[in-house]
Parts: sequence; C-alpha cells; structure tokens
Amino acid sequence: MASLRLRESQITKIHYLTGILSLFAVAIHILFRLIMPFGQSLSYENVVANYHNIFYVILLESILVLISIHGFNGLRIILIELKQSPKWESTITILVLISMIGVIAYGTRTIVIASGL
Amino acid sequence: MGTVSNNKENNNMNSGREGIRGWLNPTRYGWERVSYWLQRLTGLFLLVYFVGHVYETSSLTNGVDAWNSMLELTQTIGGHIFLILVIGTSTFHTVNGIRLIFTESGKGLGKPGRPDYPYNPSSLNYTQKSGIWIALLLACIAMLYGGMVLFGEGG
Amino acid sequence: MSNEENKKVQLKVYRTNYNKDDSSHYDKFEVPVKRWTTVLDALLHVKSYSDSSVGIRYSCRMASCGSCGMKINGKPSLACYTKISELKDDVIVCEPLPNFPRIRDLVSDFSQFFSHHKNMKPFIQNDKVSVDIDDKSDLVEFEQTHEDVDKYLQFSYCIRCGLCYSACPTVATDPKFPGPQALSQAYRYEADGRDNSKKTRFNIIDERHGIWRCHFAGSCSVVCPKGVDPALGIQLLKGHMLGLSKNNKKISTLRTKNNE
Repeated sequence: MASLRLRESQITKIHYLTGILSLFAVAIHILFRLIMPFGQSLSYENVVANYHNIFYVILLESILVLISIHGFNGLRIILIELKQSPKWESTITILVLISMIGVIAYGTRTIVIASGL
Repeated sequence: MGTVSNNKENNNMNSGREGIRGWLNPTRYGWERVSYWLQRLTGLFLLVYFVGHVYETSSLTNGVDAWNSMLELTQTIGGHIFLILVIGTSTFHTVNGIRLIFTESGKGLGKPGRPDYPYNPSSLNYTQKSGIWIALLLACIAMLYGGMVLFGEGG
Repeated sequence: MSNEENKKVQLKVYRTNYNKDDSSHYDKFEVPVKRWTTVLDALLHVKSYSDSSVGIRYSCRMASCGSCGMKINGKPSLACYTKISELKDDVIVCEPLPNFPRIRDLVSDFSQFFSHHKNMKPFIQNDKVSVDIDDKSDLVEFEQTHEDVDKYLQFSYCIRCGLCYSACPTVATDPKFPGPQALSQAYRYEADGRDNSKKTRFNIIDERHGIWRCHFAGSCSVVCPKGVDPALGIQLLKGHMLGLSKNNKKISTLRTKNNE
C-alpha cells in the first residue's frame, strides 16, 4: 500500500498536466456551444446528437476525469494546508478520493445513458 | 523537571499563527499575493460549478421535459450572472495557472545574483506582474463577451 | 527646521506576558523622532524614559543579526532597519511577528523556525570528502569560479530574522511547512557546487507538507531585508525537482595538498 502512495512531486506533475490538458478539452467543449446560436446549441435534440458523436463522448469523459482530478486535488491541497493532524489528513485524502470517483462515476452514467438515447 | 516547566511555558504561549486570516487578506504584499488569493478562490468556485454542471447535465437522462425545466432554471438573470462569473473565473484561473506552471518551474524569474540595495527581488519582476494583469484583463474581456452572448440573445 | 526637531509620533506597543496569563493590550507612548530615528531607536527611548518593562529582542542595530523582527504597521520588518520617517504615519503600531509563538510583548519564540532550518541539513555535505581528518595533508579545498559562487551567494545572505516566515500565507495555517527561509536554504546548498547530497535534501522536502505547499505568493521576497529573494530559490528548486529546468550544477573539483 505504501508503495502505491504518490510522492508530492508526482502529484504536482499530475496537477499541472491535468490542468493543461483540460484547457484544450474544455476549449473544444465550449466551441461546440459557439458554432451555432448559444440557445440553439443547448436544445435537447442538439445535445443528444452531440452525445452520439463518439469523439465528443471521449472528449466529455476526458474533461470529466481531468477536471475531477485537478479540482479535487486542489481542494485537498487547500484543506491539508488549513489543518494538520494524521487523522484530518487521511480523512481529507479519503473523502477527496471518494468525491472524485463519485463525480466521475455520476458523470459517466450520464454520458453512457445519453449516448444510448 | 526542566522539561515539565518548559511544557507549561509552551502551553502558555500564544501560537501567534495568523490562521485563515493570513491568506484571506491579500492587500498587504503586492500583486503576487493577490494572484495567490484569486487562484485559490477561483479554483474553489470552479470546482463547485463543475460538480453542479455534472449534476445539471444529468437531467438529460430523464428526458426532454426534465432537460427543458433545468434549462429554464439556468436561463434567468441570476443564472446568466453566475455563468458570466464562471467565464471570468475560468479565464483568470487558466491564464494565471499557465503563468504559475512556468513560474513554479523556475522560468521567467531571473537568475540569482549578488543583491544590491534597495534589493528589488528578481522573482517579483514585471514579467510576473504583467502575467497577473493580463489574466485579470482577459477575464474581464471574457466576461464582457459572455455577457454579450448570454444577454444579447434576450435572456 | 524647528518643526522637524520637535516632531513626535505615537508608538502603540503590543503588551502581554503569556507566562503570567496577562491579557493582551496596547500601550501608547509619545516619542520624539528625528529624520533618522528607527523604530528600534524609538522603542529604546520608551525603555529608557517611559517604561523599562517593554520586552524587545535586539542586538546589532544594523540589520545583521536578525533579532529585532516585528510587525510594524501591519508588515513584518526589522525594527532597526525601518526608519519612522519612511513609514509616513504619526502612529506606529508594533506587534510581535505573526506565525511565531509569543513569549512576552514583542518577543517571540523561534525554536520551531530554527528546527525547520536545521531539518534542511544546512551545511555542505560531500561524500567524497572525509569529515574526520587526522593528518593535515588530507585537508582538501574545493575549486569554484565566481560564476559558481553567484549561483548561491544571494541565498547565503539570509540572517534568519524570520520575516519571510511570518509573511508566508502557507505558514499562517500550516506549522509543518518548512517555510521560505528553510526552503531557500535547501536551494542554497542544492546550488552550491561543493555539496553533492541532492537526493537527501530532495527526500526531506518532497513530502506532503514540504516544498509543494509553496504557491508563489511572493510575500517572503517582499519583506526580506537582505535581498535574499526566497521565492526565487524555492521556484528554482521546484523546477529542478520536476525536471523541468536544467540544473547545470558541476560538483567542484577537489584540490588536496598532495596533488597541488
């Protein structure tokens, strides 16, 4: 288990990498909203059509994973800097991991169901 | 005996830590401190938005009515202002984040050298400050553009 | 001219004694000032003519010993290095350094700060050189160019006054974080060609409350009275640790008396 623990420098690298990659992924995601009038792009039919495009589905899943890792790691950093004790730090790490996995799972469920609609 | 008395003394000492007040006030130490403060707050705000966004798009799975009623909720003046804030904070967080990745990798900070009075630290140079100002400026422009798109369509 | 000679300012001094459970309060003193009067001069005037019980720590009076650090008008500064005329205020508020345990009045406890410094192993470590030398002919010296020295000299000017530590927003909430002083000293030895213990120090600082808790708020470099620029050292060290910036460090060659 101890060998699975990442060094803080490795976590920092992951934080930077997920940040940079999500920038490109989110940029494409936003472009999909701007290639047609904003209101029209959010119509049910158009959104469902987007979910049937395999490349867009991969893009959405990437955004979900990248931002979940980046965002929840950011939250972990802020929280472990606020208070220090072994109990608090392990609780925070576990809670953050559970939230991260939870959000990814919930978002993936939407993607899977919507792509089958 | 000595240790016991030291412990007692230590207990009596006020820890002196500024605590959360230490980073809540960004005004005392220049632009870099403002950047540090904003990067945190925008990050937290964006995380809340991201989780909310994942939740709101899940209404898609409940059919067209659920999607449209969710859309109605977001297409109010309050919803638009919230989205404009998301546009501004994400632009700042991204641009300043890119600057920080370079900075925290030791790029754009200058080289160590013999310090001379009045000691202008090379790490707090104008390249860094300009990076923060550009991030703020781009955030304002993005918010303006977002406002035009959102409110321009008649809400 | 006469106006300047008669100028007085109000000195508000934070008072408390934690060993006696005294509640904290501010005492106000009127102090005559000249153009060159420093905050330390004013505090010593108070001790001499108004209240000898004011607790302060000082020694060299010339920004070399790093003893008289305190929060002056909201900013960590050295009392001996801060002229009252430069503060452009008629009320000077002196408080103990933030983020340090308080002992009495303006005196704070530096033990944790020094222990962070010691944890960085702030001395030259080189496994090619024996520490125990019996014979004088075994003495060695390292060859360094001026350029080699310039890489770390700035950071060796640190006087351990603790101002950077008290300005750091991470230190404000995380006592396990080594702080800007200790981390910049880690860089000072990392950049020194005589030292080859890179791995040992990297292992010390690459942990949960280590160097990665620095987010470049830059406040340490703003308050440093010696131009050390700890933020620069820390970011350069991070770059080396991430492998994103080149470390052109050359371990100095050894010159012994025998091969001279």
